[in-house]
Amino acid sequence: MITSMTFIIALYIFVLAGFTGYIVISRVPSILHTPLMSGSNFIHGIVVVGALSVLFSATNIAEQVIGFFGVLLGAGNVMGGYVVTDRMLAMFRPSAKPAATSDEKKAQS
Amino acid sequence: MSAIEYIVGLSGLVASALFIYGLKDMSSPTTAVRGIVAAGWGMVCVVAVCFLEIFNVSEEARPHLPVNIGLAVLALLLGGWWAGRKGRTVAMTAMPQMVALFNAMGGGAAAAVAAVAFLKHESSVPLPLGVTALGGLIGCMSFSGSIIAWAKLDGRMNKPLRFSGQQAFNALVFAATLLLAGLTVCSQLEPAPVDGPFAVLFFIGALAFGICMTVPIGGADMPVVISLYNAFTGLAVGLDGYVMSNPALMVAGMIVGSAGTLLTVLMAKAMNRSLSNVLFSNFGATSTQAKGPEGEMKSVGPDDAATSMRYASSVIIIPGYGLAVAQAQQKLYEFVKQLQAAGVDVKFAIHPVAGRMPGHMNVLLAEAGVPYDMIYDMEDINDSFASTDVALIIGANDVVNPSARTDKTSPIYGMPILNADQARQVYVIKRGQGTGYSGVENPLFFLKNTAMVYGDAQAVLSKMVETLKGLGSN
Repeated sequence: MITSMTFIIALYIFVLAGFTGYIVISRVPSILHTPLMSGSNFIHGIVVVGALSVLFSATNIAEQVIGFFGVLLGAGNVMGGYVVTDRMLAMFRPSAKPAATSDEKKAQS
Repeated sequence: MSAIEYIVGLSGLVASALFIYGLKDMSSPTTAVRGIVAAGWGMVCVVAVCFLEIFNVSEEARPHLPVNIGLAVLALLLGGWWAGRKGRTVAMTAMPQMVALFNAMGGGAAAAVAAVAFLKHESSVPLPLGVTALGGLIGCMSFSGSIIAWAKLDGRMNKPLRFSGQQAFNALVFAATLLLAGLTVCSQLEPAPVDGPFAVLFFIGALAFGICMTVPIGGADMPVVISLYNAFTGLAVGLDGYVMSNPALMVAGMIVGSAGTLLTVLMAKAMNRSLSNVLFSNFGATSTQAKGPEGEMKSVGPDDAATSMRYASSVIIIPGYGLAVAQAQQKLYEFVKQLQAAGVDVKFAIHPVAGRMPGHMNVLLAEAGVPYDMIYDMEDINDSFASTDVALIIGANDVVNPSARTDKTSPIYGMPILNADQARQVYVIKRGQGTGYSGVENPLFFLKNTAMVYGDAQAVLSKMVETLKGLGSN
């Protein structure tokens, strides 16, 4: 009984999280699609937590090796995903205020 | 449930909430930075708290704990250091392959978690075993497939590898992998779970299938493919979460899975192709249509084109990936600033598939300093072309090809395009007379109101900037 209930709860989580992802992303303008993709790439890096649990409870060499590579790859996913997303988002700027732009132009010409 | 389990569980909840909040904030350029920072704190929190699990390991794992902790710290530092350094230095034009590579790492980690779940006999009933197998399969496919995508985007693998009977061969590999998955699950069932060679073969098969599936896909379709593998990794992580009873992994993985699927579908739609068409047909190989459009191409010099834009009242610029290849974004923005100083209304129009991944062109323009409020999506700007003086096309071809609207025999028929042909005057900066990615002739170049400016984008734009300097800005 408990296991079947756990399974049903898991299904609830999957379906509701799926809808959440769909709705949150459908509002993102296409201008931000690249940072969004690397951002969601960063978020699935949470798998590093799973890999850490696996490695902590490893009891033999095979588990240790696979766990080590899992954590290594997961950490790369997290760190890389975060750094590139942050770098890209920092580049998106609005137009400067009209006064500022005309000053800039005078300076240039 | 012990206190540690409560704390770990709650940290996952905090992280999930911060991820959703962060993604929501990413829906606007003004709040996007705040969004990724919030998601980042969520990740820090959940990873840090995860270390509490060392006080909660099983009796048999306790003697190995010091080694395991050392390995974990080493792996975190090594992976984080390498990827952080790569991420900080990668050029914006190389972003698609970078994202593909990071995605491969996530897929590999997910596959590793599934592999250990088999190794440890975490479970011996069909359902969790099946879910583990599915997570391993998808994770492996995402891992090897993304690496192939990375190699293709990085120019290390230039030609799509195709041979006759490839689809049948791929189907065979897939069937064999599924069979091995079934055997792996069966061998681990109660009452006598055994370690057989099946699990190892299954993982090898899944990795091979990821490679087989990706090698025939052409470079132009890679944006759709990376997007799809991003969704795959998300799904694999979600399934791992179920196997490990970790709801944070389930939520985060599933959100990425559905978001990635949505993005993939949007991309495929913008290319007017179904997902199965991208994955299972060899685009470009079939388009043998020889009939070229009638008429002559006119060409003008960069100075004439620049002068005419200087005295126009509105200009829409359509940049394509060719602009980035020529490294001419900075020059272009310099030219645009001169036009704006002369009172010209300048806008950028971006086709959804411009660049090598969704939204890539926007990032490249943002890097050059172009403010995002000058950049318009296709739907927002397509009606404005008819009332625009000049459309300037740089390094784009198929996305402005009017035969997508009119010519039913064209391979790109039905693809949504930017209506550049409706502008009063069209200038096309182009290296030579070749065709676009799809190998299709572009009748736009033969229209009466179109003039070609031949040359490298960087050189042409430099000349245009010089011309305008000569004219004075006011």
